Amino acid sequence: MTTGGGFSAAGGHGAVPTAGVPSTDGGRPGGQPLWEVFVRSRRGLSHTHAGSLHAPDAHMALRNARDLYTRRQEGVSIWVVPAKDIVASSPDEKDAFFDPAGDKPYRHPTFYDVPDEVQHL
Amino acid sequence: MNLPTEPLAPLALPRGPRPPGSAGDDPDVVTYALRLGDDALVLAQRLCEWAACSPQLEEDVALMNLALDLLGQSRSLLTLAGAREGRGRDEDDLAFLRDEPDFVNVQLVELANGDFGRTMARQLLVAAYAVPLWQGLCASADADLAGIAGKAVKEVTYHLDHARSWVVRLGDGTEQSQRRVQAGLDEVWPYALELFEADELVQRLVARGVAPDPTALREQWSATVQEVLIEATLSVPETDWRPTGGRRGVHTEAFGYLLAELQHVHRSHPGASW
Repeated sequence: MTTGGGFSAAGGHGAVPTAGVPSTDGGRPGGQPLWEVFVRSRRGLSHTHAGSLHAPDAHMALRNARDLYTRRQEGVSIWVVPAKDIVASSPDEKDAFFDPAGDKPYRHPTFYDVPDEVQHL
Repeated sequence: MNLPTEPLAPLALPRGPRPPGSAGDDPDVVTYALRLGDDALVLAQRLCEWAACSPQLEEDVALMNLALDLLGQSRSLLTLAGAREGRGRDEDDLAFLRDEPDFVNVQLVELANGDFGRTMARQLLVAAYAVPLWQGLCASADADLAGIAGKAVKEVTYHLDHARSWVVRLGDGTEQSQRRVQAGLDEVWPYALELFEADELVQRLVARGVAPDPTALREQWSATVQEVLIEATLSVPETDWRPTGGRRGVHTEAFGYLLAELQHVHRSHPGASW
């Protein structure tokens, strides 16, 4: 399900319209769907979006991701997610979504006096 | 797309105990390392021909990764052969300055790629052999070979996974993909048996615990290949034709062209670097 006019995260480009777009799976020969790739660079870190690729199924998507995004030892774990299953916020909603946070600096934990004795903060 | 451009790190061969006066005194190991090194070098060169020509962009990078793994194996093996030979030849001398009859790779790896199905059929046959080969070499009595094997075994395990995936996908795919991968398999199949030839040199190395036994390798290879072909709904080719000669420097016509492409820059500009 998508919000608003229908947007997906296709291609790592943030928000790409899905409504009114023919579902030709990227228009590639053989109709291969798009996958978003997330790579965990080290144990203890979270998976981070690395890019996207085309593959006919999850098995091949994972292997393509290995070959495209971890060939310089970037990762210890990979997730692949069908791009069509990612729900993205719509550019039209940008003001309503994000601007209200702009004038609320007190949400950052910067207004506290940290005692000198406190370590590791 | 250009070839992979990772900087080539200087090779650090593991240094193990050697027989006394080792330089040039172990021609069997020199030849064995040359055979394996030439296999890897020539297959790497063939795979590089897919650069910018693969069925999809993602596969382009995948094939170049495989080629780069093989090139790395080849560099280690040729460096080892050159060092043991004791004639002062390094990896570049061996790769670029030998002529066709001096190469001792099996003919299987020099055959033209053909279509993608045939390339994957060959990848399967080679990788299903390389996995037990390098597993066996991990326990080699020769410490240098065992050191190279420790790295190579992980690489070829992925090569097998890659080839298996594609052969199953193509074989158990459409009518056209099955027909073409079966045709490719039929063409390369007879050449695979050369991988398991046990000449006197190999037998001596097996007896010394340096090389794995080709008979055992072939059993493991057959089991792996059989399993994949069944899953891929492909049939095992039946033929008595058994080309051979690569290990003695006898090569197919296609090899001369491959070698010309591989060597011409180095020979045209001796000693050039950038």
